[in-house]
Amino acid sequence: MGTVDQELSTKNSHVVRFAGDSGDGIQLQGQQFTIASALAGHDLATMPDFPAEIRAPQGTRYGVSAFQIQFGGDRITTPGDEPDVLIAFNPAALVVNLAHLQPGALIIVDSSAFTPQRLKRADLASNPLEDGSLNQYQVVEIDILHLTTEAVKPLGLGKKDSQRCKNIWVLGLVLWMFDQPRDSAQSWIGEKFGKLEQVRDANLAALNAGHAYGETAELSHILTQEKVPEAPLLSVEYRTITGAEALALGLVAAGELADTELMFCSYPITPASSLLHNLTGMEDAGVATFQAEDEIAAVCTAIGASFAGKLGITSSSGPGIALKTEGIGLAVATELPLLVVNSQRAGPSTGMPTKTEQSDLYQAVYGRNADTPIPVIASRSPADCFDTAIEAVRIALRHMTPVILLTDGYIANSSELWPIPDFEAYEPIDNTKPHADEAPDAGGIFSRDQKTHARHWATPGDARFVHRIGGIERDIASGNISYEADNHQAMTDMRADKVASVADFIAPQAIDQGTADGLAVVAWGSTYGTVYQSVKEALANGRKVAHIHLRHLNPLPKNLAALLASYDKILVPELNNGQLATLLRDKLGVSVQQLNKVSGQPLTVTEMREAIKQNTSPELQEVNSGGT
Amino acid sequence: MAELSFKDFETDQEVRWCPGCGDYSILKAVQRALAQAGATPEGTVFVSGIGCASRLPYYVETFGFHTIHGRAPAIATGVKLANPELDVWVVTGDGDGLSIGGNHLMHALRRNIDLNILLFNNEIYGLTKGQYSPTSRVGTVSPSSPQGSVDLPLLPGQFAIGAGATFFARAVDIDQKGLPPLLNAANEHEGTSLVEILQNCIVYNKDVFDDVVAKKNAADTQVHCVHGQPLIYGKDENMGLRLNSKTLELDCVEIGIEGITLEDIVVHDETNPILAQMLVMLGPPKPAAMGIILRRERPTFDSSYWQAKPSERRRKVMQLLHTGNILDHR
Repeated sequence: MGTVDQELSTKNSHVVRFAGDSGDGIQLQGQQFTIASALAGHDLATMPDFPAEIRAPQGTRYGVSAFQIQFGGDRITTPGDEPDVLIAFNPAALVVNLAHLQPGALIIVDSSAFTPQRLKRADLASNPLEDGSLNQYQVVEIDILHLTTEAVKPLGLGKKDSQRCKNIWVLGLVLWMFDQPRDSAQSWIGEKFGKLEQVRDANLAALNAGHAYGETAELSHILTQEKVPEAPLLSVEYRTITGAEALALGLVAAGELADTELMFCSYPITPASSLLHNLTGMEDAGVATFQAEDEIAAVCTAIGASFAGKLGITSSSGPGIALKTEGIGLAVATELPLLVVNSQRAGPSTGMPTKTEQSDLYQAVYGRNADTPIPVIASRSPADCFDTAIEAVRIALRHMTPVILLTDGYIANSSELWPIPDFEAYEPIDNTKPHADEAPDAGGIFSRDQKTHARHWATPGDARFVHRIGGIERDIASGNISYEADNHQAMTDMRADKVASVADFIAPQAIDQGTADGLAVVAWGSTYGTVYQSVKEALANGRKVAHIHLRHLNPLPKNLAALLASYDKILVPELNNGQLATLLRDKLGVSVQQLNKVSGQPLTVTEMREAIKQNTSPELQEVNSGGT
Repeated sequence: MAELSFKDFETDQEVRWCPGCGDYSILKAVQRALAQAGATPEGTVFVSGIGCASRLPYYVETFGFHTIHGRAPAIATGVKLANPELDVWVVTGDGDGLSIGGNHLMHALRRNIDLNILLFNNEIYGLTKGQYSPTSRVGTVSPSSPQGSVDLPLLPGQFAIGAGATFFARAVDIDQKGLPPLLNAANEHEGTSLVEILQNCIVYNKDVFDDVVAKKNAADTQVHCVHGQPLIYGKDENMGLRLNSKTLELDCVEIGIEGITLEDIVVHDETNPILAQMLVMLGPPKPAAMGIILRRERPTFDSSYWQAKPSERRRKVMQLLHTGNILDHR
C-alpha cells in the first residue's frame, strides 16, 4: 500500500529546494525558477522558508534561508514534503536540510564553501562530503564560486560583485536540469540591472555559464536533464501569484464590484506587511494606503474611513490583531463595515514571526470582550485569497459588520499557478448606502434590513442622515444613548442574529472530494493543498475518505451538521492545538479526532497520509470493490 | 438656505455634565463658532474619545462619532482622509489626549492632517472620579495619589511644538467672546490645530486655574498673544515680556522703569516655534500666554490623498489582474 502511495505522490513532479545564507539571493533564485517553470506550463506550489534575521551571520545554521518548489505535470497543491533535489550553498544549508531528504535524493553543493572555518561555523566536527554521512544520497560537488568568478571575469567586476552572481549561475544550471527556458530570467536580469550594465552582463554570463555547465559537464551519470511534462491546464491565461498578491488584487476587485473606494490602514508586521507593499502602487484601482503609527491607530483609521463612506481595511498578524481588539469591538457596536485581515504566524507573543501557524482561530471567533460576534472566513491557498477577499468584503457590506479574514504566513509568501478568473462574471457587491432618492424620514439610519440586519451606511456629507454614533449602547430604533435593560438584550440579540444571518447567504458546504461516508477530513486554511493531495492518494487506494474544507468558520455553513452526520469519523488536521476541533464540538456537538502540529512548519502529505491510514481501514476498500 | 444660528447646532439630547462644569460654556462656544463660520451640519464631524469632554459630539447637531479611549485623533484621521471635504473636529481631554492617546495626538500633529483638536485640560481625571492626570501639578492629592502626585506634569503646548505642530492656541472655557473666533481660526488653519482649553472641573479640581483665569487679576496673569504686536499685559498695559539673552527666558518688565521702553518688548511672531516654546512655558508667577501662540504653514497630509478616478477603476483592476508573468494557455 505504502509503495503505491509513494508512486502516486511523486509521479510527474519534482521537488527542488534551494538553501544558503540569507544574503545569498536564495529567494530571488527561487522566484525566478518559479516563473520559468510556470511559463513552461507546469503546475507548481512554492514555499519560502527564511529566518527572521535580515542578514544573519554567514554560514550559521539559524541563518539558513531556503526556497522550495514542487512543479510538474500533475495538479500540484503543495511544495512537497521531501525534496528530490537540494542545492546547498554552504555546510549549514546542507546539514539543516538533510532531515527533509529522501534517500537517493540529488544534492548539489558548492564545494568551495566546505572549508574548515565554515564547517566550524555550521557546528560540524567533520566534513560531511568526506565522512560518509551523505552515502545514501547522490552528491554532486561543484566549485560554484570558482566557476562563477571565472564566467564573469571578462566583465571586470570586483571580487565581491563577481561572487554575488553565484545564485544566478546555479539558476542557469537548474533551469538546464529541468529543460526550462532561460528567457524570463534573462529579461528579469535586464530589468533589474538595466542601469548597471556591467552587473547586468555579469549576471547574464553567469546564467548562461551555469546552463552550459549542465550541458557539458562530465557528470551525466548523475546530473541528467529531465523532461517535465506540461500540466493539464485550462484554456485560459495563467500567472504565478502569492497569497499577498492575490489578496491585494481581490481587495481592489471587491472595491470595484462594490463601487466603493478602499482605505487600507496598517502597521508593518511580519508576515502581513507584504499586503501593504502590494497595495501601494494600486492607488488608481481605487485603494488608498495609510501606514499608521501603531496597530490601534491602523484599525481606528480604518473605522474612521468606514464611518466617512470608504471601506476601511486593516491587516496584521496575531499580536497586532490583539491590539486592535477594542477597535474591532467599536466597529461591531457602531455597525460599521470593516475588514480585518490576519496573516497568522507562530505564537504566543512574538513567537516565530516568519513561521506559519493557524492558531488565531479562537482569537478570531471568540477573542473579544463582551458578546461581540464577528463573521470569520479563511483562505485555503495563495490564489484562493482573491475570492476570499471578495467574499469578506461582500459580507462586511451586506451586513454592516466587521469581518475577519484569516490567512497565514505560508499562504502570504507562497505562490502557485493561477488561472486568471473572468472578472466580468463576478456578481456586483451590494452595499447599504442610502439611495439618492431615499427620504430621510423612512425610519432613519437604524431601520434594519430584515434579512441581513444591516442598517443604512449613511455617511457625513449627506444632509438627510445627520447622526451621532458611538461605542455606548444605543437605542435599537432611535440610535440615542440607552442604558435600558430590555434594549441591551435586544441589541445583543440583534448582533448575534446579524452574524448568524450570514449563513443564509453562503453556499452550502460541499465535499471537496471523496466518499459520502467513512472518514471525513475537515480542515480549514492553508492545510488545503496537503489534505487535497493526501485524500486524492487515499481515494486512489480505495479508502473511504472525504475532504471537506471550510471557508466559512463563523457562522458555519448551515448544512455542515447534516453533511458530517453521514461519516463514521471526523478528523480535523490543523496547525494549532485543536481550535477548529473545539469550534466544531461547540457549534455542532460532534465528536472529532484531532491531528495537531504546532512546529511553525506546514503539515506534510506524509503526516496526513499516515493519519488517514490510521483512521480508515484498507479492508473496507476490498469489501467494497468486490461489491461494485 | 437661511443662515444657521447657534441654536441650530443644538441636539435634542439632554446635556449631562455636572451643573457648573466648564464644558457647558465650551459647548456653547463651539455652537456659536459653527454658526459664525457658516458651517453645515452635514459637512461637519465631531469625533471624540472617552471622558467627560468626549460626550460633546452627542450635543452638537452635526455628524458625530464617540469612539474609544484615546483614539479619537486616529479615527478622525480616517474620517478626514476618507473625505477631505469635511470639517473634522476632535474633542479630547488631558487624560484621553495626553495619556492613553498621547501617541495618536503626537502623530496627528506630526502629519499635519487638517483636523481641529480641542483639548479640554482640567488637570484631573473626571469621569473615573478624580485621579491625577498627566497634566496634574506635582503634589495633587487624589484617590490614586493620597500623598500627592510626584510625576512631572506635561505641558500640552510643549508637547505639541515638540511633535511639529503647526497651530497651537490656548483659551479659557468661559470666554464666550474670545473662544468662538479662536475656534474658527483653528478651523481655518490648513493642518492640525490644537487648542488647549483651560477647563474648570468643579467637582474634582475646582478652580485649579484660578491663578491664571480669575477675572479680577486676569489682566496681570495672562498675556494675550497677537501676531505682530508686542507682548504686553497688565491693567495699565505697562508690563511686557523681554528676552533675557543670558538665560534665554522671557522676563517680565515694566515699561517706563529703568529706561525700559516698548522697543525692548518682544513682538509676537506666531510663525516662530522657538518663541512659542518660551511662551507656552510661562505661568504663575509670570503671566500665562493665551491666544494663538503658534501658527505656521506646512503641507498637509490629506491634500492629495486620493488619486483614483472611479471611471477608470474597472479598467485598472482588469489591467492589474493580467499583469505579471503571464502564461497564455488560451
